Amino acid sequence: MAGLEDLYREIILDHYRTPRNRGELDAPAVSAEGHNPLCGDEIRIFVDVQDGIVTDVRFNGSGCSISQSSASMMTSAIKGKPVDQVKAIVKKFKSMMTVDEDESPVDESLNLGDLEALQGVVKFPVRIKCATLGWNTLLDALTTAGQ
Amino acid sequence: MSLDVASIRKDFPVLHRLINDKPLVYLDSANTSQKPQVVIDALANFMSHGYAPINRSAYQLAAEATDLFEGTRTALAKFINAPKAHEVIFTKNATEALNLVILSWGRANMKAGDTVLLTHMEHHANIVPWHMLVAERGIQLRWIPLTSDGQLDLTNLDSLLQGVKVFSFTAMSNVLGTINPVQQLCAAAHKAGALAIVDACQSVPHQPTDVQAWDADFVTFSSHKMCGPSGVGVLWGREALLEALPPFLGGGNMIADVRLDGFTTAELPAKFEAGTPAIAEVIALGAAVKYLENLGMANVRRHEIEMSTYVLNSLTERFGDDITIHGPTNPELRGATFSFAFRGIHPHDLSQVLDQSNVCVRAGHHCAKPLMRILGANATARASFYLYNTQQEADMLADALDSASDIF
Repeated sequence: MAGLEDLYREIILDHYRTPRNRGELDAPAVSAEGHNPLCGDEIRIFVDVQDGIVTDVRFNGSGCSISQSSASMMTSAIKGKPVDQVKAIVKKFKSMMTVDEDESPVDESLNLGDLEALQGVVKFPVRIKCATLGWNTLLDALTTAGQ
Repeated sequence: MSLDVASIRKDFPVLHRLINDKPLVYLDSANTSQKPQVVIDALANFMSHGYAPINRSAYQLAAEATDLFEGTRTALAKFINAPKAHEVIFTKNATEALNLVILSWGRANMKAGDTVLLTHMEHHANIVPWHMLVAERGIQLRWIPLTSDGQLDLTNLDSLLQGVKVFSFTAMSNVLGTINPVQQLCAAAHKAGALAIVDACQSVPHQPTDVQAWDADFVTFSSHKMCGPSGVGVLWGREALLEALPPFLGGGNMIADVRLDGFTTAELPAKFEAGTPAIAEVIALGAAVKYLENLGMANVRRHEIEMSTYVLNSLTERFGDDITIHGPTNPELRGATFSFAFRGIHPHDLSQVLDQSNVCVRAGHHCAKPLMRILGANATARASFYLYNTQQEADMLADALDSASDIF
């Protein structure tokens, strides 16, 4: 049986208690909203993309420790990175969560860093949607930003 | 008479299952109830020895199946004190039963500007079909607000009912546990010239039901919350209203005649039962009705008042301000369904930790998002008790809650 220590790793609880990049961004940044219809979690991701680089990113909303910490860790991982690299990180993360749907290869050389701590979520399939909520919403925000 | 819960628990095989060597503490019966052996046997026996189509074949096996199927209808009519068995309509689930009456009645009788009165404690099944009629017909929705302890605020009921065509409300909240004064609400609706639709999904499994005493026009509920199988919902309606109601789903069984240029409908109840129904499940629901009748619904209700009293007292004594239990504090005014917030821990995380102790609760919005917004929460944890739950299980819930504080 998967133990709770696989799910609630210290780094995850740290991001839950002390979220990074929480807040909003004004225009020209754009935002997208995501819902987890099963549990009512809501998240909004703001991205500012300048010359193909995600210069700033914020999130707000409310939800469980997994959805909130995953969004927080995501913002730390992508801030300041080129959009192409951000998309590769999203792909690698979704692949780790077993929900990467498109056929293109995952960049195995990418180091997900702290995000690896979320790997334990896979042992709790119901929670995968919590962990990926912010990420899918980020993709929507990037689409809104014309990326 | 008090329920002999120890003996009742022997009737439910799943309650004896150990998961990771620990007993199961099933506190999610407002979601769906567990099944007694008599229901499982009825399902298996029919599938093994009696399975056949109903209503359309002359051979003995089919005639027996039809009798068993209709036997459930008759038993249900008696269970809810319906005047006639053919006023009991089987649907796929309670949601479909509500959609049937709302959409069929609404399309036949409502036009732009007509008003429906709902309450802030409705399940999505009694909200979304009305929103669909708003989009389709331009009808308007009006809402009864709640008091601070989760009861309907009926202060302005009569003025809210003015000019209303339909008053559609829940008999018991699936989130707050609140039991509404159905008889009073139906009387007020009728005084204002409105139709009264009662969503009794949470109520029928937990207390005696008398649709004639309620003086309701339509009542809906589901099999799977009252110890029966999933896949069956029930609509009861007054005969004259059902006669006037246009059919909802078209197809086999619901017709008297079909020609190239049209069709005529069958008599009640077939008119609303298009296609092959959940034959075995309906038959097994008959066993569930018999099981509940043997226990006595008044006794079930008494047990749940006792459970509510114990749960409310023990949780508030143990956790004080660390726990917020939504809904009425008077056990007489509520069922044993408790939505709560605990020490700021998100309900999803809470239910995950409780699962380590095999304590099964629901976390989420409970298909009542408008109510969640009013409660100021995206989600709550919900523990719901039924006829097989014990005070010891309430203590196990409390112990498991304590262990959640160790993590968060």
